[in-house]
Amino acid sequence: MVKINGIETEAQGMTLTEYLQTTSYNPGRIAVERNGDIIPKAKYEETVLCDGDAIEIVSFVGGG
Amino acid sequence: MKDVVTKEELRGALEERIGSQLLEKFESSTVAICGLGGLGSNIAISLARAGVGKLILIDFDRVDVSNMNRQQYKVAQIGMEKTEGLRENLREIAPYIELESHFVKLEDSNYHRLLKDADVICEAFDVAEEKSKLVDFAMENMPEKYLVAASGMAGLATPNSIKTHRVTSHFYLCGDGKSDVEKLGSLFAPRVMLCAAHQATTVLRILAGKMDV
Repeated sequence: MVKINGIETEAQGMTLTEYLQTTSYNPGRIAVERNGDIIPKAKYEETVLCDGDAIEIVSFVGGG
Repeated sequence: MKDVVTKEELRGALEERIGSQLLEKFESSTVAICGLGGLGSNIAISLARAGVGKLILIDFDRVDVSNMNRQQYKVAQIGMEKTEGLRENLREIAPYIELESHFVKLEDSNYHRLLKDADVICEAFDVAEEKSKLVDFAMENMPEKYLVAASGMAGLATPNSIKTHRVTSHFYLCGDGKSDVEKLGSLFAPRVMLCAAHQATTVLRILAGKMDV
């Protein structure tokens, strides 16, 4: 299981891109943190989520 | 303004309030403010008052009548480059602060050149994609720098929902995380200022060595 924003999720073995496609997140409006680092967008396709990973996805909304 | 008060008088007054140790940390620091709208103009004024030594101000836009409801510009400055308008306003508040300004759009081709001298980078854009791109660039290419970004301050939801979240050791995110101007259609001065104040306070805490939130 992968903990995503605090929720245990069946996503191990999926790439980050594959996982995001199962959600309504817009990859162009988020930042993804794993184990203390922000994953570069260019690496979403090659980043494989592993059992035990803890991921945080923060979304950006407009305004400022 | 420099004939109204000397550098020593201004510095002395601030030093009396915050102490020399903190003042020296602030005045030896450089903070980049990316976007000089509702968030950026408010962040700039707070940091200038607090004694930050140098601000890098970046925006490609001009002051517009629609900015008057929340941005720190005056009606007489409508039409002016925001970098110029903000410089003018900052000079009346902190005449001895060092200012570097760039009337350009921040993007791939200039992120590094414009941000390399900053100790802390404030993301103060209004477009969600631009926020995301700046975070992406800074976290990958300038991981030693601190980044204080913002998301969610539109509308009139309770001020208590504006928070500062530490996402990684160097990336902080202020706002309520969901109040989107595209959906809510409005930004109100004090709520925007509240988010900007979260960002500016976080910057000062980082400069002071207080990294938690």
